[in-house]
Amino acid sequence: MSRAEAMGLLLAFVARLITGAQGHWKGCPPKAEQRIYFANHQSHFDWVLIWAALPQELRVNTRPIAARDYWTSSPFKAWLTREVFRAVYVNRQRTDDQDPLEPLLEALSHGDSLVIFPEGTRSNKGEPQAFKSGLYHLAQAHPQVQLIPTWIDNVQRVMPKGEVVPVPILCTVTFGAPLTRVDGEDKAGFLERARAAVLAMRSGRA
Amino acid sequence: MSALRTLPVGGQVALLFVILFGVLVLASIGWFVWSLREISDGAQARHERFKRDLRAVWVGATLFWLAWVSGAVGATLLFGIVSFLALREFITLMHTSRGDHRSLLLAFFVVLPLQFTLAGGRWFDLFTVFIPVYVFLAIPVVSALADDPQRFLERNAKIQWGIMVCVYGLSHAPALLLLEFRDYDGRGAFLLFLLVMVAACAQIGQEAASRWLRTRPTARHIDRSFSARAWLIGATAGAVLGAALYWITPFKAPQAFALSFIAGGAGTLGGLVMRALKKDAGVAWWGNASAVTGAVGLLDRVAPLAFAAPVFFHSVRWYFKV
Repeated sequence: MSRAEAMGLLLAFVARLITGAQGHWKGCPPKAEQRIYFANHQSHFDWVLIWAALPQELRVNTRPIAARDYWTSSPFKAWLTREVFRAVYVNRQRTDDQDPLEPLLEALSHGDSLVIFPEGTRSNKGEPQAFKSGLYHLAQAHPQVQLIPTWIDNVQRVMPKGEVVPVPILCTVTFGAPLTRVDGEDKAGFLERARAAVLAMRSGRA
Repeated sequence: MSALRTLPVGGQVALLFVILFGVLVLASIGWFVWSLREISDGAQARHERFKRDLRAVWVGATLFWLAWVSGAVGATLLFGIVSFLALREFITLMHTSRGDHRSLLLAFFVVLPLQFTLAGGRWFDLFTVFIPVYVFLAIPVVSALADDPQRFLERNAKIQWGIMVCVYGLSHAPALLLLEFRDYDGRGAFLLFLLVMVAACAQIGQEAASRWLRTRPTARHIDRSFSARAWLIGATAGAVLGAALYWITPFKAPQAFALSFIAGGAGTLGGLVMRALKKDAGVAWWGNASAVTGAVGLLDRVAPLAFAAPVFFHSVRWYFKV
């Protein structure tokens, strides 16, 4: 076992010890199909939680998205994101000649699954903010990929904004049924429907 | 009985486990045979419940055995982990706010390990007062420093209560294993075994009695099956069992009766209190996965023990001056 794999197992173990990281597969089975999991974003811990809730064989080709400037700024951060999580790097500063979604599209054409947080930023208001349009463009470019709405519950209590050490509180990750495609739907309609699908996975309502 | 008493300590304890696991295997085989029959819907629910209870007993017995074979350090560690998981479940169901973050960190990562270290090291004087005196004063201080006056008392009460049940209560289980009596070396397992058996017997006795008596429940909104008379019958049933088992303890029969009555009564009252907490949190039983989170129902199992163990432990310590 390589060091990166060991680190991955350790992180998954810690996440499970602290949060339980229970995956509830309500709308789809945990199968190794190409998927985009899109979830509400409340804390830095979100990605690790989704990742730990996935069965081990799915973790291998499910990749997060990381901001290049921050996650390559130290050797350890770079190692963690590149070797352990196999993150897809994106540039936060928009340049005119490059589409920011390009690395994501490339990962999708390699057959990898992605986890994205379409709100773009962490929110702690309970309900997710309006979704950014990235999800729409990805879905347009790769219509064969399943879009799985995902709700992460309780994680804002584990690590509120500004705190460093997590408190052990049970969290669940609920995976819903793949978002269906509606012909001729515009961008705003699609994003609103996607957001509603994530909200519908809130525990006790699904 | 006298033949048993002449066995070496190790042999006695081994016999205890052989009997315990023997009974469990028989119960499981019985359940399996019974489960092959076709059953009605009503029986199905009871069937599921029995299956859940049986599994919990298996887990408990295995835990008990592991605690015994792994000695002082292992037992403390094992119960420490159980306590951690129970507290995690408890805090999940209580709604805490941002300002509680530091207090919770203190509870999980400082108080819990320290309390179990004190138990494992047999520093029973400090072990007894550490949480009720020092921690219960420290938690509100940390909370106050978080600068959030909203529902201050309520939030602190929740955390303190969680620590009381999940940490303080459960830490008395390894403490019982490690309690040293004169002429009773290495037999702490029997005390813990007695406690668990008595608590279970009292619980079963109380439930059977309430079904049979059909009296008005004392606290109808919390538990429809609890009544004072059923409680008394349950505690007495536990006491009778304790008296019958006196020969595995350092007590005489009347002493075993009295101590078992106290432990059994405390255990069933603990069950009642936990039921009230569950009603408050809005879950039918802690393990209800669809409710909030993936809680596994550990609290349901440990609640009677968490109430019975400290009362039993301190009664024994006070009465026998150990």
